[in-house]
This record gives sequence, structure tokens and C-alpha cells, in this order.
Amino acid sequence: MKEYLLLFASAVLINNFVLSRFLGLCIFFGVSKNVNAALGMGMAVTGVMTLSSMCSWAMYNLVLVPLNLTFLSLVVLVLLIASFVQLLEMLIRKFIPTLYEMWGIYLLLIATNCVILGVPLINIEANYSFALSTVNALGAGVGFGIALVLMASLREKLRFADVPKSLEGLGVAFILAGCLSLAFFGFSGMINI
Amino acid sequence: MELWKIFSKGLVLENPILVLALSLCPAIAVTSSVVTAITMGLTVMYVITFNNVVVSLIRNFVNPKVRVPIYIISIATIDTLAVLLLKAYAPLLYKELGIYLELVVVFAIILARAEVFASKNSVVRSFLDGFGMGCGFLFAMVIIGIIRELLGNGTILGISVFGQAYDPALLMILPPGGFILIGYLVALFKIINNYWEKRQRIRGEVA
Repeated sequence: MKEYLLLFASAVLINNFVLSRFLGLCIFFGVSKNVNAALGMGMAVTGVMTLSSMCSWAMYNLVLVPLNLTFLSLVVLVLLIASFVQLLEMLIRKFIPTLYEMWGIYLLLIATNCVILGVPLINIEANYSFALSTVNALGAGVGFGIALVLMASLREKLRFADVPKSLEGLGVAFILAGCLSLAFFGFSGMINI
Repeated sequence: MELWKIFSKGLVLENPILVLALSLCPAIAVTSSVVTAITMGLTVMYVITFNNVVVSLIRNFVNPKVRVPIYIISIATIDTLAVLLLKAYAPLLYKELGIYLELVVVFAIILARAEVFASKNSVVRSFLDGFGMGCGFLFAMVIIGIIRELLGNGTILGISVFGQAYDPALLMILPPGGFILIGYLVALFKIINNYWEKRQRIRGEVA
């Protein structure tokens, strides 16, 4: 049990996927303009990431490894995740329309995104068991959501600030992310796995 | 002249990292030293050029409804080749670059060039477009790599520049330094582009 908790905490805070591994920056800067959107995106990413990491684990360990086809993993995983997200979108639209209204627009954005593909690749590299890789994906999603919401609240405040013209928009957002990353850096060394 | 324009627009005016702000993940993740930055830049250059050529070759046979999955398969195959080659011949570099090498598959810039340019243009033009974008990517990666390694470690390609007396600013090779540096570089390129456009406009009025 302790192992799972440690992995979860480390994925959320220490190895935060955006701020210390730089995955999913496109979403991070694209959807962090207001807090509500950030919250929706964070939840969508967490859900999709956990489910797709489960699928990828099964695909890799139950199909590719027995068949000795691990060199194809990249091609297979990209297609698997893209089609899985597509399927998820159809299912949610059919059966849970209210959830679709909240999440729908984000789902297609994350179909081929580095953070969604990155987690299964990390799981494969670290040779995690099914439970551990699920926990890792969940932690990664929660960490991503936290960073996104923090960033969105900062950028909402920034709207009232007087920013030099050339730094407006993306420039100042990067510097802000740097400061946020510096703050998260304080967590490093807290847990050693 | 026109071909030169296709090639050169990726270098500065539509630089994939600094102006279009696409594919930023590697720009920060692997630029803490110049060697990794160059390796990553070359890999991306190879994938984007090769993929543009492939997409342009098959552009008349692909049903538009299934084009995106086909582009993705093509990119993934080309990238797998690069990954396997590096794994076999440069295992140390491969280890340092880690999963970012595999994540080249999902770089927005590669799919974007295939969709926007290569699927509509001839092989030669697509090749030049991909090559130009790749050069722009490599160029930006190397600049970021040089600045970060120089400030954060006092070296370029592992060779000491400032001598023993230099006290390195460790922040620059840590993640936060990467974010902050890119912020300033984006601002710098915005100024350059604004200046350039103004000059072009004045030149246009004179002519």
C-alpha cells in the first residue's frame, strides 16, 4: 500500500508531468486562460489518461510481448490511444450527454497528445505492474490538473497587470510557468523511490 | 526564388518553436546540454523531411476521410526507425533523451506540415518545406541549448568557456530556467518579426 501512495504523491508533486517533465505543454498553455476550462480539461485528461494507460498496459504485456513485437509498440500505442479516445467520445456522447457537454470539446484535443502517450511509455520503461501503472497514470492526471488550474488562476490575475508589449501572451505565460515550476521544485527530494 | 522562400520561411518567420510555439515539450526538456539538443533537432529534422516526402508521394491515393490515421502511421514508422538506430549505435544518448525521442510521433508540427503543406504540394516542394522547418527547429534547439549550457554549466559541448572562476547559474539547466528562457526568446522573436514586417511594408510602399 505504501508503495502505491508514494508513487501517487511523486507523480502528482515531484515528477509533475507539466512542470518538471514538460509533457503536454500545448494543452497547458492553450487551455489555461480561464479556471473553469482548466478544471474541465484537468478532469478530462485524468480520466482519459488512466483509462488509456490501462488499455496500453494490456496491449503491451498481453499482446506485444508474447508475440515478440515490442519494436512495434510506438505505432501500435499511438493508434490504440487515438482510436480509444475516439471511441470514448462516441460512448460518452451516446450515454452520458451531460458529461459530454462538459468534456466533449477537450476529448478530441487530447487524442494525440504527448502527455497521454508519455505515461504509457514511462510505465513500459519502468516495467510497472498493472496496478502500479494505473496509480501512476492517475497521479500524473491529478498533477496535470493541479498545475493547469494554478496556472489558469495566475493568468486570470495577470489580465489586470501591465505587461511589456513584446512579452504579452505567450512570453509572460512561459515566465509564469517558470516561477510555478520553481515552486514545485521545492518538493523534490521529499520522497525517494 | 520561390523554392528558396518555401525553404527559408521555417527558419525565422515561421520558426516552429519560437514563433508558431508548436512542439515546445522537447524545446525545454532536452536542451539542458548542446549535444542532446542537436541529437533531438536532427531526429526531428529527419522525421519531418522524410514524412513530408512520403505524404506528398501518396497524396493522390489517400482517401481524405482516413488521411490523419495514415499520416500518423507514417510518422510513427519513420520515428521508430530513428529510435531503433539511436538505441543500437548511441545507447548513452538514447538513455539521456529517454521518452522524448519516442514522443516525436505526437509533435504537432510534423502532423501540421503534412496536413497543411505536403498533402497539397509536389515532392520537391514538400521536401524543401520539411527541410526548412526541420532546420528552423534545429536552429532554435541549438540556440536554447547553447544559452542554457553556457549559463548553467559554463561549458559549450562540454568544453569550458569561462574557466574555473565562473560560478554557474544552476537554475538555467533546471526545468524552471528552461521555461523562463523560452519566455524571453519568444518575446525577442516577436520584436524581430515586428521589425521585419514594418521594413517589408515600407519597402512595399516605396516600390
